[in-house]
This record gives sequence, C-alpha cells and structure tokens, in this order.
Amino acid sequence: MADQPSNVAAVAGGIKKLLREEEDLQGGEDQTTKTTTEVVDESPFDPIERIKEGFNHFKINEYDKYPEYFEKLKEGQSPKFLVFACSDSRVSPSRILNFKPGEAFMARNIANMVPAFNQVRYSGVGAIIEYSVGVLEVETILVIGHSKCGGIKALLDLPDDGAVSNDFVDDWVKIGLPAKAKVKAEFGDKCLDEQQMHLEKEAVNLSLLNLLSYPYVQEGVARRNLKLMGGYYDFIQGTFELWGFKLEVMPPLTI
Amino acid sequence: MAHAVLRSCSLSPLPRNSSSADLPTAPPASASPIFGSQFKLVGIEHTHGRFLNYFNPTLRLKASRESQGLTEQVTYNKQNRLVETQHGSDLFSELKHRFLSFKKHKFLDNFECFQNLAKGQAPKFMVIACADSRVCPSHILGFQPGEAFVVRNVANLVPPYENGPSETNAALEFAVNALEVEYILVVGHSFCGGIRALMSMQDKENSSFIQSWVVVGKNARLSTKAAASNLDFEQQCRHCEKESINRSLLNLLTYPWIEEKVGRGLLSIHGGYYDFVDCTFEKWTLDYEETTMRKETGIYSLKDRETWS
Repeated sequence: MADQPSNVAAVAGGIKKLLREEEDLQGGEDQTTKTTTEVVDESPFDPIERIKEGFNHFKINEYDKYPEYFEKLKEGQSPKFLVFACSDSRVSPSRILNFKPGEAFMARNIANMVPAFNQVRYSGVGAIIEYSVGVLEVETILVIGHSKCGGIKALLDLPDDGAVSNDFVDDWVKIGLPAKAKVKAEFGDKCLDEQQMHLEKEAVNLSLLNLLSYPYVQEGVARRNLKLMGGYYDFIQGTFELWGFKLEVMPPLTI
Repeated sequence: MAHAVLRSCSLSPLPRNSSSADLPTAPPASASPIFGSQFKLVGIEHTHGRFLNYFNPTLRLKASRESQGLTEQVTYNKQNRLVETQHGSDLFSELKHRFLSFKKHKFLDNFECFQNLAKGQAPKFMVIACADSRVCPSHILGFQPGEAFVVRNVANLVPPYENGPSETNAALEFAVNALEVEYILVVGHSFCGGIRALMSMQDKENSSFIQSWVVVGKNARLSTKAAASNLDFEQQCRHCEKESINRSLLNLLTYPWIEEKVGRGLLSIHGGYYDFVDCTFEKWTLDYEETTMRKETGIYSLKDRETWS
C-alpha cells in the first residue's frame, strides 16, 4: 500500500500520501502499516482500533485543518439538503456526492424508503422530515436509490399470498408495494434482474410522491420553492442518474 | 477481506462514451394516482442528468487496494457551501461535478475493489447514528465503502422489540441476520436537537412527529432527571445524550436474535459519543455478562471506556 510517494495523484493528498502523513504523525507506529507492495495484516481485526484510526484521521485531516469551517458548525447546522439513502454499506452519500459535515441532513434506512404520512406507524421518518424541512428549512430533498439493493430485492421477492419470512424487513419494504405493482405491470415479462433495476428507480419516485403527503413538504414546495430530486447510483456501471420531480395541479374546469 | 457473495452478477461492459451527457428531457411518465390524494399526478417532469463513465482503459487497470486503505479526501473548497441556486441547473451541475470527481478519484482508482463490492457487501459494523448533518459516520469514523451498514434517524434511537416494526429494527434484522455483522455501534453526539426535544417535552404531549418519535427515549430522560437534577438544562441534555445511547444498547438486547448472538460471542454492542465542540470521541462497550446477571435490577454494566482526542 505504501508505494512510492511520487505516484500520488494530483488531488491534494491522495490515498497513499495521506496514509504516509498519518503514519508520520503517529510516529510510524501503526499496527496496519502497509508494506511496499501489498497489505499484510496478520493481526486479528480489532473494531476499536479501526474506528479509532478513522476518528484520528478525521480529526487531523479535516477538523484540525479547517477550524473556521468547524467552528461555524458548533453554533448550529443549516444544511441545504435532506437526503434519503439506503443503509447499504456501499452507498454513503458523503462518499459518492462528497457531502461535507453540515451540508446534508441524512436519513438512512433499508431501500431508502419514505412512507406516506402516518404519525402512529412511521414517526421515525416523520420526525426526520419535520425537523429538516419544518425546522431547519432545507432547500432540497434528494432520495437516492442504488443498484443491487437488498431491500428492493426483498420487496420483489415478497410472495403474493402475504407470507412473511423476515418480520421487520418485510413489514418495512411493503411501503414499496405500489411501485412493485407498477413495475410488474410494465416489465413483468423481463428477467428479475431487470425488474429489480426498474423497481429500484420506481421506488425512488414513490418515495418522492409520498414526501408530498407531509404538510411541511407541501408548504415548502408551495411557499419557498423546496425542490424534490431523485437519484440512482449504479455501482456496477459507475453511473449516477439524477432527476427533478415536480407535481402540477391543473386549473379546474367550470362546467 | 472476506466477501459474502450474495449474488453473482455479470457486469455490463462499461460504456465508452467519454462525454458527459447534457440534460435531456425524458418524456413524462403516465399519470397514476398512487394514493388518495386530492390532486392527481399529471406528469413527472424529468430533467435527467446521467453522469457517464469517463472510461479510460489505462485507468481501469490501476493496482487494486484493500478497501481498508481507502482514505477519503474531502475537499473543502473556498466556497464551502454549495452554489446558491435560483435555477435547478446549478444544483444539477454541482452534484454532477461531485459525482464525477468521486468517480475519477475513487471509483476508477479502486476499480477492482468496487467491483468486488458490487458482487456483495460484507460489512463488519452496523452503525446507528443521528441524521444530524454534522455527524456522518463516514466522516467522523472514516468508514469506507463496504465497511459499515448505517441507519440514521433523529437522535440515534433504537426502539425496543415490543414497540413493533420500524425502519430501525428492519435495518437491525437485515444487518444481524442477513449480513451477519459482528459489531453494533450506537453513536450519539453533543447538542442533539432530538434529545433536546425529548428533554423539553411536557408530559402527555405528543402532538408532533418529533415528539412521537423521541418518546422512545423516555427512560433516558427519566434517569437523567433523577441523576442530574442539580445540573442546568444544557448539562442535563449532555447527560441525556449519553444515557440515551445506553438505553438504546439495552433496547438492542430486547431483540431475541440479537441477544442470542451476543450471548454466543458472535456479536458485540458498543456505544460512542462524538463531541463536536472539542472534537473528542468517547467509546464504550456493553458488558453483556454483567448486565444480564443484574437484569432484575435494571442496572447495566459498561466496560472498556476510552476517550480519544
């Protein structure tokens, strides 16, 4: 891993240089010190050391390096985004869209679902929307789906007879049933992989629609141009699709 | 690094189109009322941006690296905020630029690693963190793609089993039973708005979504009021932020499939507290054996407490 420093990418830092700097700062003592050609880590995985290393890296390379930026965040947060993303370990929006601390209020759940307004059943999501839209007044809500989503697969695999194998997961992904019906109607003859891809995207649209069932969102859209956007991260192709979402009410006809 | 191959997939060849797409307008989708709303969906205006692959054969064959070594380089521009936008296109441009930067500097540089991840994820961690924009676990704990299954909700709360289904325990079920994570980490933080709302609530007041949700943490509020009544409100909130993490750790044990794994030593439960005022991180572990011995008394036991600064 610790190759020649001359190979470091032009971007300020670069993976190897940062590791090198960190090793220097730590006096070169690092239980995961990389050898010249490949990672050799014979010690058993220590989760505490792993997160300690991560925290130290953040502190040295971000927090201590940009004190003015982080000083402002101590006073409060004013993110411009509310982001719904999947809990999947591969799709952190902070990574793929480089959201810095303070930029995005972020909800992560299985299959990045937004259920329709229901204060009894779905108070968790409601709290997120109420706080970010009603209190923090974010400007944009972005719902991001992704490829190979286990939650969407679970939705697709839900048997029609209502049988349940995973109590909580199945109960949660049922939110997406209207999107599943739509995909089955349009693409029911396609292979399951393709159906899943369509459902991953259609579920995002369903979530965007469900967002409009929250009064704070309706008010935000009507009064202060709150924007709704959908996204789809395909980590196989290495692509990102982004689209806007708008609802129009047609003027009534007087008969 | 071990990968659970959940599903083998044949990777589609990457497109060779090297130009970034402009924003074509897709035809509107057909109208379909999804639920009984008072207005009908008359059209979805799709302004579609597709950020294609800058495919370059030489980049593709860069040396593969273990994902452990993927150190994120977060660039703090002079303009630390997103471009103020009156028009949607500025927003599209900004997000497009960010994704393409990720693509170029991370995805393609570590192509083999990402391809492996595309086959399946095998994270060791499950993290429950607050949705607060300042406390993303990818930043403060440096989690790289593939390392941590993450749930983010208001005040990083874990409701107990008897509360019934929620998004948090759906994620727990998936992470523990399907992905078989080894460590659950509940991360709280200073100046949490959700905990503040919990501490400010009047009794029997449940009128807002926030209140309906944070009431999950009521035991933490009760024990805070009992233990820290001599402190001012702000200090009580700090106390409650940590107490609520511990309550969530206990609530994790109310799930039979979690307790069973913890009992067998296959899963361990940890708490963490990020103080962004002085940039410290405190961590501790739930002592399962001691806690279960004292189950009747309701006293829990923690161990291995450390503070990093």
